[in-house]
Order: sequence, then structure tokens, then C-alpha cells
Amino acid sequence: MPGGTQRRLTAAAFLIPGLTILVVFVGWPMVSALRLSFTDASGFGAENFVGLDNYVRVFTDPDILQSIGNTALYSVLFTPLAVIVALLLAVALNNPRLPWRGFFRTTLFLPFIVSLAVAAFAWQYLLDPQIGLLNYWLRGAGISLGNVLQDPALAMPTVVLVAVWKNFGFYMVIFLAGLQDIPGSLYEAAKMDGANAWRRFTNITLPQLSNTLAFVGIVALIAALQAFDQIYVLTGGGPYRSTQTVVMEIYESGFKDLDLGFASALSYVLLIATLILSLVQFGFAGRREKDAS
Amino acid sequence: MSHTLETPADASSGRTPRSTRSTRSARGGSRSTRPGGATAGRVETPARKKARQRSLVLRGISLVVFLAATFFLLLPIIIIVFTAFKPTSEVNAFPPTLVPTEWTFDNFTRIFTELPFARLIANSFVFAGGVTICALVFDSLVAYALARIDFRGKNVLLIAIIASLMIPFQATLIPVYQLVSDLGWVNTFAALIIPRAADAFGIFFLRQFFVSLPRDLDSAARIDGASEWRVFRSVVLPNAVPALLTLAIFTFVNNWNDLLWPLVFTTDSEMGTITSGLTLLTGPGGIIPYGVMMAGSLIAVLPLAIMFLFVQRRFIESVATTGLK
Repeated sequence: MPGGTQRRLTAAAFLIPGLTILVVFVGWPMVSALRLSFTDASGFGAENFVGLDNYVRVFTDPDILQSIGNTALYSVLFTPLAVIVALLLAVALNNPRLPWRGFFRTTLFLPFIVSLAVAAFAWQYLLDPQIGLLNYWLRGAGISLGNVLQDPALAMPTVVLVAVWKNFGFYMVIFLAGLQDIPGSLYEAAKMDGANAWRRFTNITLPQLSNTLAFVGIVALIAALQAFDQIYVLTGGGPYRSTQTVVMEIYESGFKDLDLGFASALSYVLLIATLILSLVQFGFAGRREKDAS
Repeated sequence: MSHTLETPADASSGRTPRSTRSTRSARGGSRSTRPGGATAGRVETPARKKARQRSLVLRGISLVVFLAATFFLLLPIIIIVFTAFKPTSEVNAFPPTLVPTEWTFDNFTRIFTELPFARLIANSFVFAGGVTICALVFDSLVAYALARIDFRGKNVLLIAIIASLMIPFQATLIPVYQLVSDLGWVNTFAALIIPRAADAFGIFFLRQFFVSLPRDLDSAARIDGASEWRVFRSVVLPNAVPALLTLAIFTFVNNWNDLLWPLVFTTDSEMGTITSGLTLLTGPGGIIPYGVMMAGSLIAVLPLAIMFLFVQRRFIESVATTGLK
């Protein structure tokens, strides 16, 4: 075909700018991080091959194991809490008898446009042990929280709360879209059979929404694995490393301690965990699309 | 066929109450329990009247409960807005107040002296805007080739792009930093923008949209002898405005709000963004200037809030459809 070369050149012209960026700033760093993870690179001087030492450290150093445990704890707290809050609000907002639905939907989405860092500032002030308004109100109700960010037992729930607050609106919107796809006739039939609201929720809403639920759950889980911003602002990983997460650890070992080899190994562990979850997510995304069509 | 994108928006959008309601009554929904409308003209039996009153009370209660819940859920935003206008004495007062008793702009003038704040605002716009424009251009070019041009290795390339969708940027941050540093870009806009100038997610998202556009559109232009570039610019892009806007909003918001990225690539406080700059206000152990911090936070949220007000539907839809990432 005479147009073949021409066509290939055209394709190349479209592809080259974008692909160059991706190869240089995503592809090459992937390879580079893998190589670094087997060295003792520090950014200066010679890099020595150290075999699996960095990976061994990831899974034996008690501090690092604690960071991995903290990320797991964060995920276990964040994911169900965010999903449940979002789902309940979505179901309530989907009820046509609730007045001002548009208003509520818009205002409840607002936290999502606030950055996690700014959300952290606001919560820090609200929960301030001396002058925090929320702390003051809670004390009025007989609940004394003290200094939550200095309390090793409460610091983690607090940073999780900030993330739940920032993200529930996002998950709520995805749930709302899913709820609109459930045929109303199912509810009508259930009502005729005398099913109450709770039965209708458990027997119709939840099963019909199962793929969306799984999808949102995994999206939330992946977000949880990358927890950083509000922790950096609020606790810096403390008190006593109780909020030190994997990404905090990567940031500190890579950019403060300049232990690039180790930080890269930890990055790869994060990468593989994310990859596995993403593959599962892709499966559910496909099933969701099938549901919609 | 832009409705592939419109559907989730319309479906999830409470802004179109008329269509939602009409479909519901068409389904023979619980219309009769509602006041007015269909029941207004009929003679009411006592039972019906009682049911109607009960429903009204229920509606009232649910409204009050929801308003209260919304107030508490929005408390952090409310506290940012009010605290920004409080004098320092009131910010630190006990018992704390919600609404300022005295309003002042002091915190806003102070944020500009305590941080190079005008510079940070400009940096945020250049960074988030720059990434958005670059990513839109480069992503749409690649997406077009993947959707419309036949070339060898196309499927392999598509799979590679989908695979790289799953890579969290945190995982490659260290080699990317080394690269940027070797190029001498640290503390420049190049460092902030260029590594993000193309993005696997944007390519995949636009490719899906371009594939959904009917081929008849471009074959007409091709018969007239239009080049691929012409088809791309004059046929495909104008029809893809909703998808482009969606991606633009998503990209802008993500970058505007990002903390880790500017934290890593800028060490000079003059080169930070609003988000990273504000974190400089809290030193470990120091007294936190909440008033100034809230004024800064309000300014940080404002551009996105304004954008949100103007393109509310598109904004929420953009989140719902790009929820993939």
C-alpha cells in the first residue's frame, strides 16, 4: 500500500509528544526504581548492588512493619467508613420524597473540592484541645477527647476521619449514579409484597448495587494505600510513629534520609499492592459497564 | 453520541428534578402520598388526609435531620470561612465562637506578609493550568491515534497504557526526582509540569470517548481529502468538548490540591503552590496561627469553589465518570 509509510508517519506524529513524556517520566522511572531497589544508592557517590537486602529490611525492620501495619489499619478504618457514609447519604438523597435534594447533593459534594491539606487545617482547629469548637461542644456533651493528635490511640482515627470527610462526597456521587440505574419497578413490586424500607434496602438496593459497591470499595482502598497529605500536615507520622504510613515512610527515607535504595524497594511493594487491587478494580469496572448497558 | 457521557450526569443530577419526577410518576410511583399535584383535585377520605399529613410531617422531619447532618458535615468549611474573618483574639478565645462577633480582613493581609502568597497563588495557577493544558493536548493526540489511525503495535500500546494507569505516582517519585534533578529542573515550573504533561489516564479516557464517536463523521471529511490532522482538529475535537472539559476539570482540581508533588519538586518557598505553602505555617511544636491559616485556606478553595458553582453539573459528572482513578 503506497499510503502505508505516510500513515505510519502520521501516527508517529500524533503519538511521539505524549509517549515521550510517558516513557521518560513513567516507563523509565519504573525500571530505574527497580534497579535502585537492589542498591544502596544515596544520590551521592557509588551505588553498590546489595541484592535483596532492601526488601528483606521492608519485611523485617520493626519500624517498617509498623508502617505497613499502620497503612493496613488506615485502610481497614477508612474504606468501610467512607463507603457506608457515602452509601447512606446516597440512598437518602435518592429518595424522591426528600425536599431540596439538589441543594443537599451539591453542598454534600463540597468537601471533595477541598484539598486534604486544607481539610486537615480545618479539622486541626476544630479539634484543638484548648480552643477547638468541636472539642468544646463535645465536652459540653460529656465527651472529653483531649489532644487527639498527640494521643497514640486517637491520632490514627483522626487522620482517617479527615480523609473520610474529604472523600465521602465523591463516593456518594458514584453511588447516586448507580442507584438511578436500579429499575423502580423492583421497589414497586416489593412494596406490594409488603416489604418495609429496610427489607427493600437489603433485598433490592444492596444486591443491585453490588458491583458499584465493590468498585467504590476498591477505589477507596487504593486511595487509602496512598495516604500522605493530611498525615504530613497533622501528625508528621507521630505520635510514636502511630500514624506513619508507607507513603510517609517513602517520603522520609527517600527525601529526608536519602536512602534511595530502600525507599525504592518500599515503593515497589506499594506498587505491587496497588497493581493487584487495580486488576480487581478493572474487573468490577467492566461488570459495572455491563450492568449499565 | 455524547450521551455516553451525559447519561451518568443526567441520572445522578438532582438539577433536573422535572425529568426525574416525570419518570417517577410515569412508573406509577408513590405520587399519591405527596401533597398537591395529582391528589389536589380529588375528594379526600379521612384516611387519605391522615396519610398525607403524616407524610408531610415525615418530610419535615427528614428535612430537619438532613439540614442538621449537612451543617455538621460542612462544619470544617464553615469554620474556615468564619475564622478567616475573626480577629486573632477571637480566634484564640475560650469559649470558642462559630460566627465572628467582630469582622476583620487582618488575616488576609497577614497571609501576604507571612508567606509570598501572591506568588504562591500565581504558581498554583501556572502549575495546575499548565499541567491541564499540556495533558489535554498530548493526551488527545495520542488518544486520537489509538482510536482512529491504524498502525502496527497499536493493541500492545493500548495495553501498555492501561497497565501504566495502575502505577501510583508515589511509587516512581524517587527516580522521577533524580531525573528532574539531573536535568537541573528542581524549583522550576518545568519540574512541576513536564513530568505530568501526558497522563495514561487522560489518554485512556479520551480514547474511549473518541472510539464512541461515529466514524461517519470523519469519513465524510476524509472523502473530501482531509488529512488526519484536519479530521482530528475539525471533526473529532469539536465533538469531544464534553470529554475534554471533564478531563480538564479533573486534572486541574487534582493538581491544584496536590501536596506531595510540589513538596518534592520545590524546596524554595517562592516556588511552592498554595497547598504546599500553607503547610509552612505549622511548625512542629509552634503556636499555629489559625486565623491566617484559615484565610489562606479560604483563598486556596475559592477558585475551585467558583469553578464548581459555574460548572456544577459538569463538575460532579466529571468526578462520577472519571471515578476510575
